[in-house]
Amino acid sequence: MGGGFIRRGWVKLVITGNHAVSYGAKLARAEVIAAYPITPQTEVVEKLSTMVANKELKAKFIKVESEHSAMAACIGASAVGARSFTATSSQGLALMHEMLHWAANARLPVVMANINRAMGPPWNIWSDQTDSLAQRDTGWLQFYCENNQEILDTIIQSYKVCEKVLLPGMVVLDAFILSHTSEPVEIPPQKLIDEYLPAYNPKYKLDVKDPHTFGGLTSPDLYYELRYKIQNSMEDALSEIKRADSSFKRKFGRGYGLVEEYRARDADTLLIVSGSMSSTAKVAVDMMREKGERAGLLRIRVFRPFPKDEIRRVVRRGVKRIGVIDRNISFGSEGIFFQEVKSALCNEKRKVPIYGFVAGLGGRDVTVEDIINIKKSIKSNNRLKDIIWVGVKK
Amino acid sequence: MKKSGSKRKKSNKKGIKTIIFKGHKDMPPCAISFANTMYNKTGKWRSIKPVILKEKCTSCLLCWKFCPEACVSIKNKRPVIDYEYCKGCGICQEVCVKGAVLLEEEKK
Repeated sequence: MGGGFIRRGWVKLVITGNHAVSYGAKLARAEVIAAYPITPQTEVVEKLSTMVANKELKAKFIKVESEHSAMAACIGASAVGARSFTATSSQGLALMHEMLHWAANARLPVVMANINRAMGPPWNIWSDQTDSLAQRDTGWLQFYCENNQEILDTIIQSYKVCEKVLLPGMVVLDAFILSHTSEPVEIPPQKLIDEYLPAYNPKYKLDVKDPHTFGGLTSPDLYYELRYKIQNSMEDALSEIKRADSSFKRKFGRGYGLVEEYRARDADTLLIVSGSMSSTAKVAVDMMREKGERAGLLRIRVFRPFPKDEIRRVVRRGVKRIGVIDRNISFGSEGIFFQEVKSALCNEKRKVPIYGFVAGLGGRDVTVEDIINIKKSIKSNNRLKDIIWVGVKK
Repeated sequence: MKKSGSKRKKSNKKGIKTIIFKGHKDMPPCAISFANTMYNKTGKWRSIKPVILKEKCTSCLLCWKFCPEACVSIKNKRPVIDYEYCKGCGICQEVCVKGAVLLEEEKK
């Protein structure tokens, strides 16, 4: 990462995940930032408002009365062709729900950071992915980050992808584990970012000189086709993300892909995780490998569009057992990543048993030992269950 | 843009462009009107038609003031209803103190 030396014009700062988001939005030259500043908001917009006040960032900062209005303001800004940004968490994201659909269906490339916090009640501000995963059908791209450097890079990449496919994007990071933990983050020079991410110039935008109605009543004979186009764009986004990622890697030396494989090449037991939990899982995989177990890890970075082909490709190599660890739950069903992985693999010729684990809800720590135990239980457990709870106090 | 014709743009008498989509590839990504809202002749929605009785009307212009669709215009100091856009809500009849607005059944 970064080569271990500091290049001219490149700055390395020790910053929290929240501030990595803020620097990402600043480097992407967000023009309109709308946010509701009270809990569950984080320091993301606090830092951005400081940047705007200090004139480090030339943007309009709009304080609104709710998250619903924050997203509405971003939608309006994006509709006139401005690059817009907001950040939220848990209940705030839930309040945005209506506007999330609007942003996607109006094909506006708004980018938002969501800090994964548990939904209340009871009030809990710690890490839990159910808030963002509950928004999976809104038409937003979703990126789950592992570390603070990736957060900054993903904000920039997501603008590039979203403005290409004309869909909004959500960059998701774990509460506290990333959002309030400081890590060294390399901040690339603005000039290189400007080369990578040119100004947003949409073909269709609101303009008083040429008035048009956007999103007006559309009858069934055309609504259906508009939905078909969104799905097509989502599928295009898979290759666009790869393209944006590889050009980012050429320019800045860091790339992430749709999924990240870790010692998965010859694995017979594959653990599938997302977010910061994958760093813990990597340590666990290393420890298991030292004991001679063929464990591997697959981190899902992009949840929407779901990288089905990438997962199939890894599993086809000869994986015998899969364990999906979810820090989320769809009540009445099972872990959400588990559902998605199962649906991606259900038509495969070679059936692989898949075990779903629910762990760490509401910010409970998932330790290296927990993950080693998960791997053990995959091996010993022959009976497939929908949910295997990790460390529930019975 | 919800209207159609052929694939190419063409203009009708009032110079409003209309376009036909043969498939999803012709369509813009989002629903956007190619013309402004004047294109949408809301008079077609009307089931009752307000008629101003010239003999009773005192040109107080309450109907002009209250029409929510701005379909009452003033010509020679007298109110005139624009039937191309009037939806027939009946508010003009409701506000008229002289009973000069008659609601007729729309015959179309």
